[in-house]
Amino acid sequence: MKSRVVVVGAGGAGLVAALNAHQNGAEVVLVTKEYPTRSQTCMAQGGINAVLNETDGDSVELHIQNTLKSANALADESAVSYMCQEAPKAVAWLDSIGVPFSRTPNSKIAQRKLGGAYGARACYAQDYTGLKILHTLYDRCLAEGIEILNERYLLELLTEPEQSGKKYIRGVSLLNKRSGEVEILEASSVILATGGYSRVYNTYSTNSLSSTGDGIAAALRAGARVSDMEFVQFHPTALKGSSILISESARGAGGHLLNSKGERFVDELLPRDEVSKAIHDEIAKGENIYLDIRHLGVEFIEKELPQEAKLAKLYENVDPADDLIPIKPAAHYTMGGIEVDSNSSTSIEGLFAAGECANHRVHGANRLGGNSLLEIVVFGKEAGINAAKYAKNATKDEAILEAKELSENEIAEIKRYANEISFYEKQAILGEIFYKNVGIKRDKGALQEALKEVQEMKSSLPKMGVSDKTKEYNTNLIEFLEFKNMLTVAETILLSAISRQESRGAHFRVDFPATDKKFRAHTIVDAEGVVSYEN
Amino acid sequence: MKINIQRESVVTYEVNMEGATLLEVLNEIKRAQDPSLAYSSGCRSGVCGSCAVRVNGREVLACSHNAKDGDLVEPLRNTPILRDLVVDMEKAYSFNAKAKAWQSSLADNIELSEENQQINELQSDCILCASCYSACPVYAVNEEFLGPFSLTRVWRYVSDKRESDPKEKIDVAQTNGVWDCTLCNECTLVCPQGISSKADIEKLRSKSSMFGYMDPSFSNFGGGFNDGSPVF
Ligand SMILES: Cc1cc2nc3c(=O)[nH]c(=O)nc-3n(C[C@H](O)[C@H](O)[C@H](O)COP(=O)(O)OP(=O)(O)OC[C@H]3O[C@@H](n4cnc5c(N)ncnc54)[C@H](O)[C@@H]3O)c2cc1C
Ligand code: SF4
Ligand code: SF4
Ligand code: FES
Repeated sequence: MKSRVVVVGAGGAGLVAALNAHQNGAEVVLVTKEYPTRSQTCMAQGGINAVLNETDGDSVELHIQNTLKSANALADESAVSYMCQEAPKAVAWLDSIGVPFSRTPNSKIAQRKLGGAYGARACYAQDYTGLKILHTLYDRCLAEGIEILNERYLLELLTEPEQSGKKYIRGVSLLNKRSGEVEILEASSVILATGGYSRVYNTYSTNSLSSTGDGIAAALRAGARVSDMEFVQFHPTALKGSSILISESARGAGGHLLNSKGERFVDELLPRDEVSKAIHDEIAKGENIYLDIRHLGVEFIEKELPQEAKLAKLYENVDPADDLIPIKPAAHYTMGGIEVDSNSSTSIEGLFAAGECANHRVHGANRLGGNSLLEIVVFGKEAGINAAKYAKNATKDEAILEAKELSENEIAEIKRYANEISFYEKQAILGEIFYKNVGIKRDKGALQEALKEVQEMKSSLPKMGVSDKTKEYNTNLIEFLEFKNMLTVAETILLSAISRQESRGAHFRVDFPATDKKFRAHTIVDAEGVVSYEN
Repeated sequence: MKINIQRESVVTYEVNMEGATLLEVLNEIKRAQDPSLAYSSGCRSGVCGSCAVRVNGREVLACSHNAKDGDLVEPLRNTPILRDLVVDMEKAYSFNAKAKAWQSSLADNIELSEENQQINELQSDCILCASCYSACPVYAVNEEFLGPFSLTRVWRYVSDKRESDPKEKIDVAQTNGVWDCTLCNECTLVCPQGISSKADIEKLRSKSSMFGYMDPSFSNFGGGFNDGSPVF
C-alpha cells in the first residue's frame, strides 16, 4: 500500500505522530486496542516541561542540564538538547490547537515546579494536563479527518527480508476485538506508539491496565532491538492496596511520610528514587508506611488535592483530613524501550517508534517529571514526519495476505491450549516476584531466581490458555495475549538487569552499589536475548 | 455480597469483598469465577472514561462506585451492546465529528487571560464516558441527536477565544442539536465530572439567538399560529 502510514497506539505519541504524518502527505490509519481518549496519557496530572521565558533564571540550558543529571550520564546529549530546545515550540503548538492550559493573572501559561527542575517549568491544565492534551489532540485528528480504527489489537508486525539481510516493514496483523477476526493492514511504514510496560508489576504499578508492553514485544519478535529495559522508575507514593498514584504535590505541599511508630524517616522532598529507597527499607523492616497530610487542613485538601482525597476514601477507606493514608512505592514509568535513532527509526526499515514504548535516549537511567509528555509531543512529531517521508519513497508494494492465516492459526492454537493453570494467577505471581526481586533494590541471586520463574512461565504457556473460546469480544483471549507479551518484556528486563553490574538511577544493585564508568553505555537486547552495550 | 450482572440474562455472582469498588469486584469475578465476563476498564481512577455502566438504573463509573450487596449492573443505554457490559461507542463518538467539536484553525499568538481560560475549564474536564449519553431520553425518539457530551464539547470550543469561526459550529448545532434537547437535566445528574450539558446547551441556544437563529418551535410566529407541534 503505497504511502500509507499505520500508527499503532493512540495515546499522546500516536496522535501527534498521526497528525504529522498526515500533514506530510501520507495516508494515515491510526489503530488502537482501546479508544484514543482512553489511552494512559489521560492519567498524567503534573505537567509538561518547557522553559517559556528565561526571566526567572531558568533557561533551556538548565532544562538540558537537569535532564542529563537525572539521567545519570546515560542520555544522549544531542537528543536531550533537541527535546529541550523544541519544548517551547511544542507547548506553543499545543496552545494553538486549543489545549486549555491554566493561565497566570497576566495571561501567560501557568507553570509549576516539579522535582529535579531548577524552576517552575511544567505547564499544566489544573490536575488534568494529560487528559486535556489527549482530548484536544484527538479532536484535532477528527478535524483532519484521520482514519481511526478502534478496538484493534496489534498481533504482529509483518516484515520481509531484504537482499542485504536487513528487514523492512510490510504492515501489521490485528485482531478486531469486536468480530474476533484477524485483519491485515498493509503499510509502507509503521509507527509504534503503544506505551510503556509497567504492568509487568501487575498490581504494583500506577499505570493503566493497558500498559503491557505489546508493541515492544511485537517489535522484538519482528527482529528489532530494545534497550535500557532494566530502568523502571518507582513512584514513592501510590495507594497501598490499589497502587493508584497520589500526586507528588501532596509532599510538595508539606505532607509527611510516617512509619507504623509514627516516626518520620526520610526527607520527603528528596528525588523520587531516594524517597522510594527509604520507604522500601522501612517496609523491609516490617513497617507500614503512611502519608500524613492531616496538618494541611480540610480546606487545603479540598481545594488542592480533591482527586487524591476522593481516591483515598474510595480505595483505602480513609479520609485524609482525619486519617493517615497507607502508601507504598509502585512501578510508574519505564525508561527502556524500542531502540530508535535520531529519526525515530528502529533497526527495521520503515518501522518507527515514539512515546513510552520507544527509547529516544532522553531519560537515561531516570526520567524527570514532566519530560514524558514533552517527549511524546517532540518525538511523536519526528516519527510522523520521518515515517511519511519514508512511505512516500517506498517502492515495495506486494500483497501480504498469507500473514492472515498465520495469525489465525496461532489464535486457534491458543484456544486449544489445555488451560490447566490459570494465567491470571501466574500474572499475580509475576507481579509479586517483580516487585520483590526486580523492584527498587536488586541483586544477582534475586534477579536470577526471577528469570528462572519467568522462563518457566513461558514454557508452561501451553498449559494456560483461555477458557473462553468465543470469537466476539473475547477479553479473556486479549488478556492472555497481553500476558504473553509481558513475559517477553519481563525476560528482557531481567537479562538487562542481571548484566548491568552497577547501580545507576532507577537500577540499584545491592551487590554493586556504586556507579561504574564501564557501564556508561546503553544495554541492548535482541530477539535472541543476546545482551550487548553501546554508546 | 451478591452482585447481579446483566449478560444475556441476569447472572448473580457471590463475592467475599467488602468496601471494594465495583471494578475490583468485576476483576475478581473475571479472575476467579468467570473469565468470559466482558467489561472495559483502564485507569482505575476515574479519568479514562472506559468503565461507565449502570448500577440499579443509574450511570456510574465502575472504578468510582463502592459495590453493594444486591447491586444490579447493566451496560449503558442508547448504544449497541457488544457483549455483557461492553457497548459499541462508534456512533456515540461520531457525533463529535458531526458537531465539528474542534477548533477550526490553528491560533497563533492569541493572548488568553485567566478568565478566558476558566470559561471552559469545566467543560474540558469531560472524560467521554458517555454516562450522559446513556441517560439522555431524546435518543428514544431521535437517534441522530448530537447529544450531551458532543454539545458540551461544542460549547468548549465555541466559548474559546482561540476559535476563529464559532458560527460554523452554531450552524451545525441547529439540526438534531440544541433545540432537540428537552432540558430534562438527566445528563447533569449522572456526570462524574460535575459537568452540566444541559447548561451548556442553554448557553449554545442563547449563542444561536445571537447569530439570528430562533427556537424552531416558535418560528411559525407571524406566519400564522403555532399549534405546538414541532416544526423542522
Ligand atoms: C498516573 C500517571 C501520571 C503521570 N503524570 C505525568 C506527568 O505529569 N508528566 C509527564 O510528563 N508524564 C507523566 N506520566 C507519564 C506519561 O503519562 C506517559 O509516559 C505517556 O502518557 C505515554 O504516552 P504514550 O503515547 O507513549 O502511550 P499511552 O498513552 O500509554 O498510549 C498507548 C496507546 O497504545 C495503544 N496500544 C497498546 N498496545 C496495543 C496493541 N497491542 N494494539 C493496539 N494498540 C495498542 C493503547 O490503546 C494506547 O492508545 C504519568 C503516568 C502515569 C501513569
Ligand atoms: S438535558 Fe438535554 S441533553 Fe441532557 S439528558 Fe436531557 S435531553 Fe438529553
Ligand atoms: S459530559 Fe460528563 S457524563 Fe458526559 S461524557 Fe463527559 S464526563 Fe461523561
Ligand atoms: S477505569 Fe478509567 S474511568 Fe474507570
